[in-house]
Amino acid sequence: MSTATYDPDTFHLAEAEDHDHAHGMGGTLLGFWIYLMSDALIFATLFAVYGVLSTSYAGGPAPRDIFELPLVAVNTAILLVSSITYGFAMLAMEGSRLNATRGWLVVTALCGIGFVSVEMYEFASLVAEGAGPTRSAFLSGFFALVGTHGLHVTIGIVWIGVMLVQLGQRGLHVENRKRLQCLSMFWHFLDVIWIGVFTFVYLLGVMR
Amino acid sequence: MSAPSTHAAPDDAVHSHGDTHGHGSRRGYLIGFGLSAILTAIPFWLVMTGVLQNRQATVLIVVGLAIVQILVHTVAFLHVNTKAENGWTLMAMVFTGVLVAITICGSLWIMYHLNGNMMPMDAGAM
Repeated sequence: MSTATYDPDTFHLAEAEDHDHAHGMGGTLLGFWIYLMSDALIFATLFAVYGVLSTSYAGGPAPRDIFELPLVAVNTAILLVSSITYGFAMLAMEGSRLNATRGWLVVTALCGIGFVSVEMYEFASLVAEGAGPTRSAFLSGFFALVGTHGLHVTIGIVWIGVMLVQLGQRGLHVENRKRLQCLSMFWHFLDVIWIGVFTFVYLLGVMR
Repeated sequence: MSAPSTHAAPDDAVHSHGDTHGHGSRRGYLIGFGLSAILTAIPFWLVMTGVLQNRQATVLIVVGLAIVQILVHTVAFLHVNTKAENGWTLMAMVFTGVLVAITICGSLWIMYHLNGNMMPMDAGAM
């Protein structure tokens, strides 16, 4: 570690001395997991806000009037498929197959772009029919919650793009593997949040 | 990456990390995907067709399936188990789960009663 040149192997060996193996990757993954848990609390707050405001229509449209379940079903399917394609990317990474890893990451990113596009379309049509976030407290809560999730997915897509560049330049070295594992947790975490969104916002919404 | 001998050890280390983190196998991912596809399809089918006349039962089933699906994703995709990171990921998740439950249930409970007390006509609830 005394030399200034970058050497991932040295870096990792130095870490391995400091940390027990069971801590895994020098605690990076656990640290990222703790971040995800704090992110879960942000979403919990947004869910709580939506739950409290979800019947405050202010004379405006109710969920039944504006939510299109077929569109939500398509979006849910896209996100679910992107979860398994990211899983395949991780399996390719563990087999040290660089091109397969990059290929599955591209597929995952395309799914993510599809998801965000459908969501943008939904938001645009809601605003166009006068059901924008300023219409009622219910819609403010809806746009805040679903929009925050969509923003996370967008950041995940950008991160996949960054990882594709990193993989192209440096391949599957230890640090890139670590980053891909963090991104894996991030991506699957967003899918878990979406389960809550489609269940409590959309499905239970149209039943109200 | 220089000579093969130098990165044999880190590669081993990576694989042993992989084991402690319990990365899924192809089979594990496919089972998780199959389960969550079913667990997603059923609630959408129930709500979109309205096959169950009973609204209460539909709500309970939809919420129950969502909880099961979250657990499936946590195990199959996020690989949370008792061994990963010496159990700290699981510990952190359980703790977060408690906080999430308190935040959501607490807010709904308090605001529901607050709304009830704000109703000018509803003197009985005061």
